[in-house]
Amino acid sequence: MFLARSVLGTKLRRELWRMRGQVLAIALVIAGGVAVCVMSLVAYSSLNATRELYYQQNQFAEVFAPLKRAPRQALHRVSEIPGVVRLSARVEAAAKLELPGFTEPVSARVLSVPESGQPEVNRLFVRQGRLPAPGRNAETAIVGAFAEAHGLRPGDRFSVIINGRKQTLIITGIVESPEFIYVLPPGGMLPDFKRFGVLWLSQESLSAAMDMRGAFNSVVVRVQPGYPLASVIHDLDRELDRYGATGAFSRRDQFSHRFLSDDLDQLKIMATVFPLIFMSVAMFLLHVVISRLVNTQRDIIAVLKAFGYSNRQIAWHYSQLVLSIAALGLALGLVAGIWLGRGLGELYMEFYRLPGLLFRLNPAWLALLILVTAFVAWLGGWRAIRQAAALPPAEAMRPEGPARFRMVGAERWFSGLRLSPPSRMIIRQMARRPLRALLSMVGIAMATAIVMVGNFQFDSVSLMVQTEFARVQQQDLTATLVEPANAAVLFGLQRQPGIRYAEGRRSVAVRLVHGHRDRRSALHGMPAEARLQFVVDQNLQSVTLPQDGLLLTDFLATELGVSPGEYLRVEMLEGDRRTFSVPVAGVTSEFLGVGAYMRLPALNRALGEGPVINQILLSVDPASNDDVYQSLREAPRVLGIGIRQAMLDSFYDTLARTFLTFTFFNSLLGAIIAFGVIYNTIRIALAEKGRELASLRVMGYTHNEIAHILFGDMAVMLVVGIVGGWLFGQGLAWMIITAMQTELYRVPLTITAHTLGISATVVFVSAIVSGGVAWWRLRHLDLVAVLKTRE
Amino acid sequence: MESQPVFRTRGLTKSYDQGEVTVRALRGVDLELYTGELVVLLGASGSGKSTLLNILGGLDLPSSGEVSYGDLDLSVANDRLLTRYRREHVGFVFQFYNLIPSLTALENVAVVTEIAANPMTPEEALSLVGLQDRGLHFPAQLSGGEQQRVAIARAIAKRPAVLLCDEPTGALDSTTGILVLEALESANRETGTTTVIITHNAAIAGMADRVITMSDGSISGERRNSERQPPKELSW
Repeated sequence: MFLARSVLGTKLRRELWRMRGQVLAIALVIAGGVAVCVMSLVAYSSLNATRELYYQQNQFAEVFAPLKRAPRQALHRVSEIPGVVRLSARVEAAAKLELPGFTEPVSARVLSVPESGQPEVNRLFVRQGRLPAPGRNAETAIVGAFAEAHGLRPGDRFSVIINGRKQTLIITGIVESPEFIYVLPPGGMLPDFKRFGVLWLSQESLSAAMDMRGAFNSVVVRVQPGYPLASVIHDLDRELDRYGATGAFSRRDQFSHRFLSDDLDQLKIMATVFPLIFMSVAMFLLHVVISRLVNTQRDIIAVLKAFGYSNRQIAWHYSQLVLSIAALGLALGLVAGIWLGRGLGELYMEFYRLPGLLFRLNPAWLALLILVTAFVAWLGGWRAIRQAAALPPAEAMRPEGPARFRMVGAERWFSGLRLSPPSRMIIRQMARRPLRALLSMVGIAMATAIVMVGNFQFDSVSLMVQTEFARVQQQDLTATLVEPANAAVLFGLQRQPGIRYAEGRRSVAVRLVHGHRDRRSALHGMPAEARLQFVVDQNLQSVTLPQDGLLLTDFLATELGVSPGEYLRVEMLEGDRRTFSVPVAGVTSEFLGVGAYMRLPALNRALGEGPVINQILLSVDPASNDDVYQSLREAPRVLGIGIRQAMLDSFYDTLARTFLTFTFFNSLLGAIIAFGVIYNTIRIALAEKGRELASLRVMGYTHNEIAHILFGDMAVMLVVGIVGGWLFGQGLAWMIITAMQTELYRVPLTITAHTLGISATVVFVSAIVSGGVAWWRLRHLDLVAVLKTRE
Repeated sequence: MESQPVFRTRGLTKSYDQGEVTVRALRGVDLELYTGELVVLLGASGSGKSTLLNILGGLDLPSSGEVSYGDLDLSVANDRLLTRYRREHVGFVFQFYNLIPSLTALENVAVVTEIAANPMTPEEALSLVGLQDRGLHFPAQLSGGEQQRVAIARAIAKRPAVLLCDEPTGALDSTTGILVLEALESANRETGTTTVIITHNAAIAGMADRVITMSDGSISGERRNSERQPPKELSW
């Protein structure tokens, strides 16, 4: 049995206790790695399982097919498409809302629920109240996030403008939908629960409002498990083409699903990268500490062997020591990881609307983690364990020979410098064990890098958002029109009081095809002299739109395998569904989303339409905000309004809430590593140099002078380690950023002086704390006892 | 009392390579040791006595020559065999006691009794060296002589066939040293263990059945005491 009641077990327990400071320092490093891994795994498994179950129970669609308008009779043909097991036809609409006491524009997506109550596909989870009943025009159920943001409850009323007609709705229920786990405004990248909501109305009332009686404009479909989705999508497109279908798509392109999937992928990265760093540091620490222990126990090993203990028993004895430390780290890490994992899951739940979080941890992963941890720890001690096992007993009786020192090359080069004896001791000490000095520096570098990696993301995300909403988008408001309108509306708008400038854009949903690759995207027509929203290159400089041809986000160009000069086929997904070919004139660099850009007249020409626009960007006098909101809300041709500042505020609000937690957490992790490395290095230096230092004290050196010798090499390692850590952190950050690139956003790499400062400070404070402990021991150095010991 | 030789060596040599120089620690040793006898191996530092003891104890292998324990050829035994040999037959006492500092006296003895086939209890072994009351003390709480007696208790607790002692009194003053020698003497007398004590201290020779003198890696003399002198009567 592990640490059984054998005498060697007792020896082990007492030694662990005697070295408890070092043991705890190493165990904490292991615990840090295990905790991050378990935390990520718990959050990943729990969210994933919760989502799966939610999807299953609520019959979340596999394929989504939006269209213009189809009669109900067309459904029969759709239901006969091979692979389709169930479907729901519904009416979708956009609405503008007026909430009492909230002047800013609020928009919403509106969906119909059938007369029978729950839809067949994308069933709703009713958190509170009930679904709107048929025949009662004024009833609605609203999505939970929106209800919470405004403190709405069943029974509350608000006004809504659907299809230009204003009506008052009464809330019957608060619901969640698998379709809106992540509630995002259309075209938005950041959630804004206050200004965007989702409403469900009865089929009857929404059809009436949208002039869609007996018709539908959206079908969602469940597909037989294992049946190829591409074939269903193809059949749906063929069947619904005549009804103005804009192209069916799978969950992969469904926003809410996509966001959560990307986040889950990031958890997986977190579950590997961080633990990797922690485990390598733990390995190094175990190596140093166990080597030292074996060296001081040479005579004990010899005695045990002399009395007939086998090499294997000796190896097992020291392996147990290593494994005990690993077990302690594992236990601490598991407890912390499970606790943090639940916390992280809850944090995610603030953004992801799931009915409730299931707790899951895959036992196989857990077993693997335990095995890997034990193995890694053992590997760390391996050299020392092997050395102990192989030590010939007769040789072990002799104390380890005096350490071999030599003149360091550098010393000769700087011979003119006249180094003091303590400085020479420092240099030679490092030169004697260059590998250990190097590994200590690597450890310190890793601690620095961990803190950096934890904090740089905030700088990067801030830069990303800042770029997008301050550099790229300079409009105050974006109004989306119901139907494309003649650009002449801009002149009327500009004359309105409060509006400084208006700019029109034309955006269409398209499928971009290059060879066998294709992507759904938006194609934006922009004025050549855009003043409010730009296209930028990698250096964030605005790019002039080419006369002909289009600009493509670099990420999209790579995905499509297309380079400037080549032609791209553009299939319109609305209007007359025409197809045209256009050359790629260049690539652009955006952090959020992907898109294609053309000059407005060129796009209008390609679409065979006059000078029309369907998006208006506005620069508004802040004093007249409320008036402008009011007039836009009441303009029947305006579908929805986005406020730039509101998006930014909501984003920074979210960031501020998570920033401190994350900074604290990452600093703690870095501090654990730094403390583990520095504390162990100093303790071992103290043990190795105790005699030397005591001798110097006897000869009349002061405390400060011997502290100089003890901490001198530590200071050198600290400085080199921190600088190395900055470089290493930069590389690590780059790796993480590359791994996190998605179609939805690409975080830029930016590391500020603030981040560098935080990482250095955390490591420095850890060094001072561990140095303080050593200093205390140094003051209590028993001179006579140290000199009398045999070594 | 003397019957079969327990140990027998023929032409035993041992050389160490120490960088550029080769140290010849043993230069052809022929020796027999008999069951139950107490032998003092006398020699100056560097005479090769520790090397000889290490080879007899299965801690080291000779460079050439033969060494056998009963039927067991120790000169060609592999590590496994040597380990078993040490575990089953040999007890060691070292100059610096080599107790495990984190274990009490009783536990230090138990280190050996746990892996032995037919040991005494640790308590019995401690009372044989007169330390029955000190069992719960850690090495740091014991005097040098007491520590060495714990080491002797540890060595005899498994009832070894041979007890090999390397300068057991080397780190002790004479009064304490005599207590330790008494413990060795009584262990030899009461358990019939073949005992080899190596020392550079000629005064100890009187307590032996046989005194073998080594110098420069070979045996330079051998004499038999007509009567073993009780350790009490020794002094240095």
